[in-house]
Amino acid sequence: MGERIGLTLGPLLFQWPIAQKRDFYARIADEAPVDTVYLGEVVCSKRAPFAEPHYPAIAERLKRAGKQVVFCSLAEVVLRRERQMTATLCARTDTEIEINDASALLAVAGRPHRIGQFFNLYNEEALHHLARHGATHFTLPAELPRRSVGILAAAGRQRGAGVEVQVFGRTPLALSARCYHARAHRRTKDNCQFVCEADPDGMALRTLEDVDWLAVNGVQTLSYAYLSLLREIDDLKSLGVAHLRLSPHTLDMVAVAQLFRSVADGGLDPAEAEQRLIAMVDIPPLANGFWHGRPGHAMVRTDRA
Amino acid sequence: MSPRPDLVCPAGTPAALRGAVEAGADSVYCGLQNATNARNFPGLNFSVEELRSAIAFAHQRGAKVLLAVNTFPPAGEFALWRDAVDAGATLGVDAIIVADVGVAAYAAAAHPRQRLHLSVQASASSPEAIRYYCSEFGIRRVVLPRILTVAEIKKIAAEIPCEIETFIFGNHGLMLEGRCSLTNYATGQSTNMDGVCSPAAEVRFEPGADGTMTSRLGEVALDRFAPGETAGYPTICKGRYSTACRNGPYYAFEEPVSLNLAPMLEDLVRAGVQAFKIEGRQRSRAYVKAVVAAFRSAIDALQAGREPDVASLVALTEGQRQTEGAFKTKTWR
Repeated sequence: MGERIGLTLGPLLFQWPIAQKRDFYARIADEAPVDTVYLGEVVCSKRAPFAEPHYPAIAERLKRAGKQVVFCSLAEVVLRRERQMTATLCARTDTEIEINDASALLAVAGRPHRIGQFFNLYNEEALHHLARHGATHFTLPAELPRRSVGILAAAGRQRGAGVEVQVFGRTPLALSARCYHARAHRRTKDNCQFVCEADPDGMALRTLEDVDWLAVNGVQTLSYAYLSLLREIDDLKSLGVAHLRLSPHTLDMVAVAQLFRSVADGGLDPAEAEQRLIAMVDIPPLANGFWHGRPGHAMVRTDRA
Repeated sequence: MSPRPDLVCPAGTPAALRGAVEAGADSVYCGLQNATNARNFPGLNFSVEELRSAIAFAHQRGAKVLLAVNTFPPAGEFALWRDAVDAGATLGVDAIIVADVGVAAYAAAAHPRQRLHLSVQASASSPEAIRYYCSEFGIRRVVLPRILTVAEIKKIAAEIPCEIETFIFGNHGLMLEGRCSLTNYATGQSTNMDGVCSPAAEVRFEPGADGTMTSRLGEVALDRFAPGETAGYPTICKGRYSTACRNGPYYAFEEPVSLNLAPMLEDLVRAGVQAFKIEGRQRSRAYVKAVVAAFRSAIDALQAGREPDVASLVALTEGQRQTEGAFKTKTWR
């Protein structure tokens, strides 16, 4: 367990204009202390054509900066174009791929692949089964508590497979076939006119008591709160988790990556890092409830040490 | 309408099971009294002994019993799910309904002759996903997520090697089943691991000074009802919220409506659906009996070439409002 814990940048879940996306990844390549960057559209197949032509250049730039690049599959596969996107990704042999739906599993059986956060991996029996068929790395579902992560990290090590846990950003909570962005604007998914682009971190839903509660991202529902496992990093390391995933948002992700890297390296106190995170512009409330087996929106501040 | 579809009915209790069988169910599905099934509610489900008698009762009357073992075992707790699969296989259930890859792998290896169905909780929404489960675990029937149009179901049917079961009545789930952590986000109990969606113990109805009624799940206010209005059961995906682009609260995901595909039964059979599923293991025996009887007569009428009478079903739907959901048209999306 003496290895340095890795820091990764998960797939961008939101629809950003392509220029913003290219600038974002250029800056990540130049400045962010992350080892691995996940690319590709995970949420909505309609968005994919905007970015597809630009991925080779983005990936090349990241690789030249020493980052490992992984391409992700869609989390929900229903339509013909979604099946086609999944098949095309599975056929690629020039890159590592991350699978987010069972639709891709038959096509990659026997070949190395990663299992993503949107695949329902809850227990060691499932992990062993998937590993026997070529899975080499597992990013765990967002709702798993500490106990599950510990057992799965141990099972992963037994198989020589890395286990990765999201430690920052809005938490994915649900997927649907209906686009809730389009619905909010009285449109349907087929004539959405990409209205989701207006909400680059998701569209806030407030309760009847004006509590900010959820965030809508097209067919996806996320937490309003931002997950922060800064205080749990030592614990994650002791459990043998190999990689910590940051989920991209519009705030300064280089600064976020530096905070998590410093805490992981022991150079910054977690509570101090959390204060700096809270001081960042536009940061919503933080949450870590799932890790502690509490309601996901809760923020538990106990120092384990 | 030529092939006779299988009418698959919910049984939350032994009494409901007997009611469903007497009302004409071809199959009943049920779960054990623990987290191994997706309706893990107090006072619901079967002990192993009750399941044994229920199977005997159903088999004597020509009905099948399906056992739902369709949650996702948390790491370190697989034994409970293994025991549930073993119990089902040993007692002779007609099929075990599974969702988790680990549970499916265990069931296929330990009981190779046991018929397996893929639960809606596995959210297999494409032919490729369904073929994966068929080829890997020998799945014989898939329960499709409630997000597909009839046209899409027909295309899937042509490309998969197993039977198709679709929901036709009951809860109108909005999220892709098995891919929703909203209840856990609000309450700390997981739909996938604990088998609960909007658990009753976390639900409160709070009267306000102005005569309104606020419904809550955990701490979160999900809806508010005017004096005299029927207060619906709160679930996060049928709650009212506000957002920047709307004036005032709206149903951000879906209105509180129920699924009723009674008018589409013939279309579904033509699309290649072999089994119709009624949701509602948490419902009373009287409700189950009434719904099953209505669908029994509707299906029998269609088989005989007569126009089915489905009007009585409307009164049973939640708040008397119903929808054909995703099934009829893509504009639902």
